[in-house]
Amino acid sequence: MRLLYRILRLLVNLFLLAFAVLTLTPMVWLVAATLKSPDDLFHYTFFAPRLSTYNFRDLFSTVPFHRYMINSVFVATTMVVIQLFFSSLAGFALAKYDFRGKKPIMILMLSTMMLPGQVMMAPLYELLYRLHLVDSYAGLIVPGAVSVFGIFLFRQSILQVPDELLHAARIDGCSEFRIYWDIVMPVSRPMIGAFCLISFMGTWNSFLWPQIILHNTDRFTLPIALNQLVGLYQQQYGTLMAGTFLSVLPVIVLFMLLQKEFIAGLTAGAVKG
Amino acid sequence: MSTRQPDIVITTPPVARTSRWFVLQYRMAPYLFVSPFLILFLTFGAYPILKSLLLSFYATNGPKSAVFVGLQNFTFLLSDPDFHTAVWNTAVFAFWSVFLQLPLSLGLALLLNSVWVKGREILRLAFFSPNLLGQVFVGVLFSVLFIPQYGLVNRFLHAIAGIPLDTKWLANPNLVMPALVLTSLWMYVGFNMIYFLAALQAVDKDLYEAAIVDGANAWHQFWAVTLPGIKPVAVFVLVMSTIGSFQLFELPWIMLNNSSGPDQAGLTIVMYLYQTGFVTGDLGYASAVGWTLALGVLLISLLQMRVTGAWKGGTD
Repeated sequence: MRLLYRILRLLVNLFLLAFAVLTLTPMVWLVAATLKSPDDLFHYTFFAPRLSTYNFRDLFSTVPFHRYMINSVFVATTMVVIQLFFSSLAGFALAKYDFRGKKPIMILMLSTMMLPGQVMMAPLYELLYRLHLVDSYAGLIVPGAVSVFGIFLFRQSILQVPDELLHAARIDGCSEFRIYWDIVMPVSRPMIGAFCLISFMGTWNSFLWPQIILHNTDRFTLPIALNQLVGLYQQQYGTLMAGTFLSVLPVIVLFMLLQKEFIAGLTAGAVKG
Repeated sequence: MSTRQPDIVITTPPVARTSRWFVLQYRMAPYLFVSPFLILFLTFGAYPILKSLLLSFYATNGPKSAVFVGLQNFTFLLSDPDFHTAVWNTAVFAFWSVFLQLPLSLGLALLLNSVWVKGREILRLAFFSPNLLGQVFVGVLFSVLFIPQYGLVNRFLHAIAGIPLDTKWLANPNLVMPALVLTSLWMYVGFNMIYFLAALQAVDKDLYEAAIVDGANAWHQFWAVTLPGIKPVAVFVLVMSTIGSFQLFELPWIMLNNSSGPDQAGLTIVMYLYQTGFVTGDLGYASAVGWTLALGVLLISLLQMRVTGAWKGGTD
């Protein structure tokens, strides 16, 4: 009986390992593809005996790729900081205060999460057009400056902060904002980490809205730029893969740093307890 | 004070300091903190939603001209064969996404839950990593992987199952949807697995012991303890996956090189919205499409919650 258990366990482990390898294969292929010269690209399935930096050189010489990378970094970082601030502030208010209008606000927030965003794309574009915010980063950042999902995350996490902490601060004459800034925020570091990654990922990878808003090629973010590259450089797959690799690297690195917080934050809303 | 209704403002902070400024900032704080969200939401959320309802009764050409057309947008929508194709494609995709992906995610989570802890974290990372890339970059990568003759997919399938090397995926109208489903499987199985794994780990271990005492074998335990235990999360994942599937746009758009593919095989509802609204320029019509999508998604979500709630018993 115990032997059967052992064998089963071994099989499960082997299967999971095999499946993990299968899952990672496309990404390994991606890395390999960036380091192969055009002749070798499809000649060798994965890595070639001679590594080549041709693709990266080609990428940066044919398009201002560094420009797009800087754009994406700017937009994503700005968005994360603003979203972090506004969402945590609102989450704090909803977690630790009782005020008139609290319930309607929460119902409002919940209903927006159920509605697909595409419903408001057309009039939002029209609104931004009238505000002269089309083809600007403001038009990209301002509408998305508050993340309702983020508000829920922070509310969930701030609820755990003991009320006594806040009372004690108030007795000492601490202002409400300072309570938020100096007490609640430092304590919520894990959730801040999780939210930063979620927010960064969402902004970094977003395509549809930036595509609609941005017209000047100088302002393009990486998803839009790469999409254009696909059409522009049909057969130059190596170059394309180099661009893809550079585009996904930042998120992967950030994820490596914030793994635990990310997974905890992601499941905070869904799993009770 | 604690017995009062929650939406009555507490008028004095529980402190000795009662200077006017201190009391004022205490009372104003929650409103101030929520105000950025409210202002931004009213301007860029509520207004567009309501405006789009209005816009859907107009035909526009660019953001400056608008002609009232009543229900014409909707009648055209219902009779447009392209829209039918879009709805069909999106529904098929959603169907496979749910009925293929979710069991896989759950299965993987179950297997992972039984593995020793160290390995579990590494494996979890491996399965989840595809999700980090985002639909656009995955689309670019897989558009190259699906290349006939040289692409990794064909090479792999040929080596394993002898499938012809020159199978066209993204140029063959019958294989476009399988390619999309496969790609989204790669991206999202790990993502949903995370939720299931967390849910599995949250199930009260005592319940399993009680079941074992009552003589339940592994199979019984699964049905009587595990499934009911993860039901809330399962419903959440189900609804979220469905809503997400119906919004599919970026993956096919990128993989099919900014088109709807051969015979419109990759046309989705949001792609249809994008093409009519932002390529052709009729924002009014796009609003009508958007609202039809929203209503459809809402109905399906409610249906799903009804079915799963009623089916598994309502006393959770």
